[in-house]
Amino acid sequence: MPDDVEDLLRELSPQVLGTLGRRYGDFDAAEDAVQEALLAAATHWPRDGVPERPRGWLLQTAERRLVDQWRSEQSRRRREQETAVRDGPAPDVPDQDDTLVVLFLCCHPALTSASAIALTLRAVGGLTTAEIAKAFLVPESTMAQRISRAKRTVQDSGEPFALPSPAQRPTRLRQVLQVLYLIYNEGYTSSSGPALNRTDLADEAIRLARLVHHQLPDDPEVTGLLALMLLTDARRAARTDAAGELVPLAAQERSRWNHPRIAEGVALLDSAIGSGSVGEYQLQAAIAALHDRAPDAAATDWPQILALYGLLERITSSPVVTLNRAVAMAMVDGPASGLAVLDDLGDRVTGHRVDVVRAHLLEMAGDRAGAATHFDAAARRTSNLPEQHYLTQQAARLRSSPTD
Amino acid sequence: MSKYLLVVDFQPGVCEAPMSQWQPDEITAHMDYYRLLHDELVASGELVQSEVLTGPELAAVVTSDGRGSTVVTDGPFQEFKEWLAGFQVVEVETRARALEIAARLSAVPGPGGVAIQQPIQVREVMEQAPRDTGAMDDWLQTVGDGS
Repeated sequence: MPDDVEDLLRELSPQVLGTLGRRYGDFDAAEDAVQEALLAAATHWPRDGVPERPRGWLLQTAERRLVDQWRSEQSRRRREQETAVRDGPAPDVPDQDDTLVVLFLCCHPALTSASAIALTLRAVGGLTTAEIAKAFLVPESTMAQRISRAKRTVQDSGEPFALPSPAQRPTRLRQVLQVLYLIYNEGYTSSSGPALNRTDLADEAIRLARLVHHQLPDDPEVTGLLALMLLTDARRAARTDAAGELVPLAAQERSRWNHPRIAEGVALLDSAIGSGSVGEYQLQAAIAALHDRAPDAAATDWPQILALYGLLERITSSPVVTLNRAVAMAMVDGPASGLAVLDDLGDRVTGHRVDVVRAHLLEMAGDRAGAATHFDAAARRTSNLPEQHYLTQQAARLRSSPTD
Repeated sequence: MSKYLLVVDFQPGVCEAPMSQWQPDEITAHMDYYRLLHDELVASGELVQSEVLTGPELAAVVTSDGRGSTVVTDGPFQEFKEWLAGFQVVEVETRARALEIAARLSAVPGPGGVAIQQPIQVREVMEQAPRDTGAMDDWLQTVGDGS
């Protein structure tokens, strides 16, 4: 399928679903019908040309499928909806873009994040179940089951096809942003090998974040999230070496960073920061921007980064942020100060990440044996394969050349 | 979401009698229990893969020096109870859920309908990417922002 047809289909997909959903109130059935209409369009359009009113074409095709589906069920059991369909044309639905409504439904609080991610990619992203299954390395049948359960959960929640009430909206929007960020995560670390197609997910997350930003241009956290994705993604090409191994920030070749993307992220961030309320995505984006704007690692503005982590820590109260602040503190004040922050943290953070940070700080302090021990401990406890390679390499490097 | 491998071997649990000495209806109940659990995990979208393996008679051990000298022998000659009988891969929201599914496997009924309490090994599968935003933030530090 030509790229422009694919782009158009994926843009229209949530709009058509939104309209159908509002007309008939059956999210589950409407979503199936839209998927079928998308497949029909993917077959016909490249051959016959894109119809003059593509949105109308999709809507009509999907609606016909929906009615067919209900008719065939009618023979088995009566449904309330089919009466509504038989009784004449549905009430006229204004021609509006319901993408955001669909996105709020897909990121419903009754869903686990894995379900919300899968449903969002299908209903808003217009990806097929097979594509989503491939990206998450599970069989298609497993993913199909997960998606249909998610749809039923949304359907059973009885939530109307409308934007959440103004009172609920901030909380629900946070959930939407979190799901988009998680989709981005899935694509972020992939480089090659089995997870190759996951890079598409990072692109898809950015596309969806742009879409939300387009609809809510004045929300500073939406802008912040889009900026964060762009500023982080700008380093994608430099993040792995030719062998596919991870390259830490300080060692990355900065000429390989995507500078137009950095400029776009910085501009977005500036517009968000100026608008008043400051949230965690904006702060994280601001930290990413400081890294991106440094011409080399030595020129990084660590005092400013330290201050931003301090703010972030206050907003999130997350011990993970404190870990990051320990690193920034070490860069500003020396490793002893960073280690002191770690010690204050006590056992509020468990897991391998504490060992990673301690190893880095011990190395800075010149304790190579101690650093190697903690890199080893971290490597044994991470469940992330590329990271395990990286940590094992660090321990081996420290042991193989006791003096630099 | 994380994937877990649930390993089932031939350790007898509390039931020493081999299955060939059970009553036919006890074997049926045993198999039905596995089938129901399987269907439930399929329906929940958690089951990634489930396999039962052939026995020691069909097993082989291969060694090679990488230059064309390959030796294939029978074996391995380990104790019967250590043989891998089968495995499931589940993808679940929490570790607690993986342990819960393992407990269901362990409680499969044997003679007299008594749970055989077979030990099930639970192993987390390595991930390629962080699985939540907290892990993502950690990751950014390791690969990038802090180090």
